[in-house]
Formats: sequence, C-alpha cells, structure tokens
Amino acid sequence: MSILSFENVSLDYGATATPGKLVLDSINLTLRRDELVAVIGRSGSGKTSLLNLAAGFIAPSRGRITVDGSAIDKPGADRAVVFQDDALYPWLNARDNIAFPLELRSVPKRDRFEAAEKLLGHVGLSGAGDKKIWELSGGMRQRVGIARALASSPRFLLLDEPLGALDALTRVKMQELLLTIWSHSGAGVLLITHSIEEALLLATRIIVLSPNPGRITADIPVSFGRQLLAGQPVRLIKKLSAFHSLQDTLTDLIHDVQVEHAA
Amino acid sequence: MTVSTETLDAVANLAGSHAQSLKKRRTVPTIMISLITVAGLIACWTALSFYKVVSPLFLPSPLLVARSFINLVTVGFVDSTLAQHTGASLLRIFAALFASVVIGLPVGLAIASSRIGKGIFDPIVEFLRPLPPLAYLPLIIIWVGIGETSKIVVISLAMLPAIILSTVAGVKSVSSDRINAARSFGATPAQVLRHVTLPSALPSILTGVRIALGAGWSTLVAAELVAATRGLGFMIQAAAQFLVTDVVISGIFAIAAIAFLLETVARLIERRFVPWGGKL
Repeated sequence: MSILSFENVSLDYGATATPGKLVLDSINLTLRRDELVAVIGRSGSGKTSLLNLAAGFIAPSRGRITVDGSAIDKPGADRAVVFQDDALYPWLNARDNIAFPLELRSVPKRDRFEAAEKLLGHVGLSGAGDKKIWELSGGMRQRVGIARALASSPRFLLLDEPLGALDALTRVKMQELLLTIWSHSGAGVLLITHSIEEALLLATRIIVLSPNPGRITADIPVSFGRQLLAGQPVRLIKKLSAFHSLQDTLTDLIHDVQVEHAA
Repeated sequence: MTVSTETLDAVANLAGSHAQSLKKRRTVPTIMISLITVAGLIACWTALSFYKVVSPLFLPSPLLVARSFINLVTVGFVDSTLAQHTGASLLRIFAALFASVVIGLPVGLAIASSRIGKGIFDPIVEFLRPLPPLAYLPLIIIWVGIGETSKIVVISLAMLPAIILSTVAGVKSVSSDRINAARSFGATPAQVLRHVTLPSALPSILTGVRIALGAGWSTLVAAELVAATRGLGFMIQAAAQFLVTDVVISGIFAIAAIAFLLETVARLIERRFVPWGGKL
C-alpha cells in the first residue's frame, strides 16, 4: 500500500518572498491510497502550500516528503493535481485534454483516444469528447480536469478546492462523483477545501490546520462518505446528529484557533 | 362591445413589431456611416481639383488617379507593373517577417524565462525599440551593402521589437496552473514549452505579428529609397521625383489596400488558430 508521508515538514518563504515568513510548521501527516483526506482551515493556514509540497511544485524548508519512502524532489505523474480553475488547455478539445498526460508519455494516438473515451464515460461526459473547452460549463470542465488527472494513473490525486467555483447543485453532484472516483480509482486523495460540510461528506479523515503558521491542530477520522457510497441519501446523512455534532466541533476548532491566534 | 383576449394580444404584438421595425429603420449601420464619410472625402477631393483650388500637379482629380491606377496595373511605371512592384515589396516584407519571427521568438522566450536571457537581450531590445529605422539605415548599408539584404535587415529590425515584446508578454502571462498541471503529469521542461507555454502565448505572439506587419510597411518606403529598382516604396519615391502625383497617390492607395488585406488575413489566421481568444 503506497503512502504519501510528510515528516516534520516546515515551509518558510524566507528565501524568496517575505523574509522569515513561516507558512507551515512541523507537519507530520500520512496519506494511504485507500484514504480520502480533507484538509480544512482558515485562509492563510497553508492548505494550498501543503498541496504544492505534496505535488512537488515547491520544496520544504525543513523535513521531508516521501512516497513509499522515496523523497519527493519534483512533480511526478504519480501525484496528479486538479486545480480550482480547471487549468485545461483551450487549444485542445475535451478528449485531447484528457489524453494529454498519455501524449506526454508518447502513448499511440489510438490508445490515447480509447483511454480518453473511457474516462469521459467515467466522469459522465460520454459523447462530449469533441467539445471545445469554452463550450463546457464549469462543472463539465472540472469533470474533464478530474478525468485528465486520472489518465496519468496516479497513486495520489491532489485536489485544490476543485469544487470551490461551482454552484450548489453542481457541487453536490460533483461531490458524489468524487467519492465514486476515489472508491474505483484506487488512488489516495488529498482534498483541500474551505467547506466543512464537504469535508465531512467526502473524507475518511479530516485534518484541521491553524493559521500563521499552519500547524495540524486536529486529525479526525470520519465515515459519512462511506455511508454516502453505500447509497444513503445526502439529505439523510446531513440530518444525522453525529454529522451536526462533528460539524460543530470542526467549526469550533477553526473558530477557537482563530480566537486563540488573535489573542 | 366585447373584445376577446386573442384580439388584444394580436393588437399588442402588431404594435410591438411596428415599434421594433421603426426602431430598426431609425438605426443607421456603422458601415453606412463609414461609407458616407469616405464618399464625403472623395466629393471634397473632387471639388478641390475640379475648381482648381489646389493645382492638379499637386492634387490630381480622383478620376485621373483612377486612370493612373489602371495604367499602373496594365502598363506599369519605371519598367514594372503594379503587380511586380507589389510582389517585390511583399517579398521583402515576408522575408523580413520570417527573419524577425525566427530571431524574435527565441529571444522573447529567453527574456521571459531566464534571468540571464533577460540580462543579455533586454538592453539590446530597449536600445533598438525607440530608434527610427531611417536612423540606422545608413549603418546597415555600410555593413551589408545596398543590395536586397540591407532592405530586409532594416525592415526586420523594425519588426523585431514587436515580435520580441509580444512573445515576452505572452510567455509571462501563461497561467502557472497550466504549467504546473503539465509538470504534475510528468512533463519535461521541453514538453512544457512545446505543449503549454507556446500555445498559451500564441494569441499574444499573433498580435505581435500584426503590429510587426504595420511597422514593416512603415519602414518599407524608407528601405526602398536606397538603390531599389522595384517595390511600392521605390515606385512612390521615383514618381515623387518627377512630380507624377497621380502615381504617388495610386501607390499610397496600393500600400493601404495591401496593408488592409494583410491585417484581414492576420485576423482570419488569429481566429483559425486562437478560436478561444476572449472566451476564457
């Protein structure tokens, strides 16, 4: 079982941006391939920096990040990223966007086409392969972005607020899609989100980060996502007292951290 | 008397469509305003030459210019027809454009993506950019002679800053998420350049090509002043020396028409290769 691991990781932008600005402090975190870990926290808590470190876009100032014991020193296809603003390529249609990671590996055109068509089906976009990116809605674009990330057969999917820009109805549908994809793809998911409700509905574990500098203040196992996968309706899950209780706990945790920090 | 709802609706619809058609009739299309303006200018020109307000030697009538234009097409001026002069000029413009794209693209990429590249090329571009081509034309002639090369070099030097600066702007504006997405799929720096950076910068580069074409046309006349035997600039210059004003004006119209045509083609190319422009 692959493991993505943060070992005593700190990030200091001192050398580049603001001198001495500690963004993340002593982060110890593991992510297994059968987990969907959601990271929540207020703005400035370093959620996106955490994801950028895992992706290999930036290097830690201290500590190390490993995948199965090997240190990460650059981005790699084993850790595919889905961005909030989809980051699709408008000069390619939906199918070619999805096939892009395969093109980079010089996979033959026919095989790329077949793989992309299959993934289009997985994300509920069968028949939309020829569509231009600007012809797709926000939700459809995010589906293409997720399918593209899956095309590289990653061991870990790193999702940077992928549903943040979507309307409420599309968001609910996409949450269900994310859960299905996680359960079928066999990739561990690191989800950065602002929404406590989303974290509760999807995650197997929720990590709470405190701001300035970002530190892990809570690591809470949850199981509502598995109930959702088992077919229990979202509205019933949201009515559970356990759901409300955990929602309050997480809200308090984030709020307390802020009050503590202000004090 | 009772009136049915259908009748009232029909009357309302009729009134609505009548009001709409009135509104449509009152709106003069922009193209019509432009055409009226052009017709007005030609009428003024005709009146000035007809009443000899300005001597025909300096301002020949539109009719004379039209005749001269036809004469240029069929018979020609200074041993070449208008098509031959145009061909010579276009050849210089496209050779210069090719040279400036071949040099300007890598230089722009180097400035945008490397500190050393910026350090080396930025001062040269900033030195070259504000210089009028006529200022360095004599130097180019001393260096490369009065043949075809000097003309192409001068035109491409005039085009180069637009290509370089638009490439720099295009590369710098590439979204970091697009680049990071490719990196996260295992793209090498060369693959990122080919598959992400260049296509992302293409809209800006094409705009630079359009601006460069304009700069090239402006420089063409100056470049063809020196020891040319063909070309629109040369034709205008030769005609001016003999005070053949109708040929001068015809030449100016020919340059304007070709510049307009090139701009239209450039826009079509932009629409074909950058269909997402302004949509994302």
